[in-house]
Amino acid sequence: MNKLSKNTKKINILLDGKEVEAQEGENIVELAKRHGIDIPVLCYYEGMGECLGTCRVCTIRWKRHHVSACTLKAEEGMDLTIETEDLKDLRKALIELLFVEGNHFCPSCEKSGDCDLQHLGLKLEMTVPRFHYRFNNRSINFDADKILFEHNRCILCKRCTHKFEDDNGERVFAFKGKGSNLSVEMNIERANGLSEELVDQVVELCPVGAILKKGKGFDRPIGKRKYDE
Amino acid sequence: MTNKKSVATISLAGCFGCHMSFCDIDERFVDLVELVEIHKSPLTDIKGFEKRVDIGLIEGGVCNDENVEVLKSFRENCDILISLGECAIMGGLPALRNNIPLKDCLEEAYLRVPTTPHSQNIIPHHEDIPKILDKVYPCHEVVKIDYFIPGCPPSADSIWIALEALIKGKEPQLAGVMSYD
Repeated sequence: MNKLSKNTKKINILLDGKEVEAQEGENIVELAKRHGIDIPVLCYYEGMGECLGTCRVCTIRWKRHHVSACTLKAEEGMDLTIETEDLKDLRKALIELLFVEGNHFCPSCEKSGDCDLQHLGLKLEMTVPRFHYRFNNRSINFDADKILFEHNRCILCKRCTHKFEDDNGERVFAFKGKGSNLSVEMNIERANGLSEELVDQVVELCPVGAILKKGKGFDRPIGKRKYDE
Repeated sequence: MTNKKSVATISLAGCFGCHMSFCDIDERFVDLVELVEIHKSPLTDIKGFEKRVDIGLIEGGVCNDENVEVLKSFRENCDILISLGECAIMGGLPALRNNIPLKDCLEEAYLRVPTTPHSQNIIPHHEDIPKILDKVYPCHEVVKIDYFIPGCPPSADSIWIALEALIKGKEPQLAGVMSYD
C-alpha cells in the first residue's frame, strides 16, 4: 500500500492544472484517488507495492509523454494531465485491444461480473472494440489438481507471475515465449501443493477468468457479483 | 399516412434470446407501437422488405452464406442498423468454434455424435441448405453497423433506451444499463 509517512517530504504537484499537496514518492494512482480523480487501473491493485505497469490502462500525460500512472511517483513541480478526451479514448482503445487479442466470451465466463477487464470495458463505455477480433488459437491447461489455466482469457498482466508465491516462497507461474507467443506457464507440482486458501487467493488475484478453481464454477447469481450494482 | 418510424428485426446465428429480451420491454410495447410500426421481423412474420425501413435490429453473428445475404439486404434496406447482443457484436457462443477447423466441427456434430443412428451418419448437404462459413463473423465485419447494444442478451432497458433515442433522433446513452453477459 502506498502509505503516507510523516517523515516524507511534502510537495506540490499539478493534477489537470489544479495544485494539490502530495508526499514525495507517492503513487500517482493513489494520489489522484485521494483528490477525487479516478484513474482506471487493471494490472495495478491497491496494496500491491511496486506495480509492473504492464497493461498501460492508467496512461496519463507528463512532459508531453504518455506514462503509466501506477509506476509514476510524485516529484516536486510535476504537471500531470489525466482526464482529457484523447486520454480517455486511448485507455478505452487499450481495453479494446485486450478484448480482441484474447477470446473473451463473457456470457460463458465464470469470472463474469467479478472481472476487472469486463468492469473497465463497461466503465469506459465500450460497446464494440474498434479492432478486428483475432480469435487466437489458445488452450486451457487442466493438468493441475486444484486450478485450471484458461489461456484464452489471460491478459499477461504479470500479477500471478510476480505477485504470487506458494508457502515455500516459490513462484508458481512464469512467462514463457516472446512476442505473440508469450504465455503464462504453470508449475504443476507447485500448483498441486497449494493450500485451498492460496488457491482462492490466486483466483482472486487474477483480474480476469484465466485462473480458476477446479470444481467451483458459478457460485453467485447475477446481481450479487463484485461489480453488479 | 402514418409518420411512424419503421423497425425491422432478424435473428442470424443467434438463439432468439435478444428477441425475447426485446419482448421484455413489457408494457412499453404500448408506447412503442405509438412510435413505430414493426415491419419485416420474426415477430410479424413479414418475410421481405416491401419498403425502406428506418431501424434494423440484427441478432446473431454471421455463420453461413444465407446470413451474409440477409445481413446485406438489411443494410440495403435500413437507414440505421444495430447489432443487438454479443453474437452480433463478436460472434458470441457460436464463435467458440472459430478455433476448430470446420471439417472437425461437422464431423463431430454429424458423424461422431453418439445420438446419431449409425445408418444416418452423414453430413447434410443440399443446394437448399445454407453453406456454413469457415468461422462465425461479427456483423460489422460483413456490413457497416451504426450502433451496438451489448449483452447476452441485452437488457430490455438497454434495448428500449437505444430504440427510444434513435426514434426521437437522439444518440443512445447506454452507460449504466449495458452488460456483456
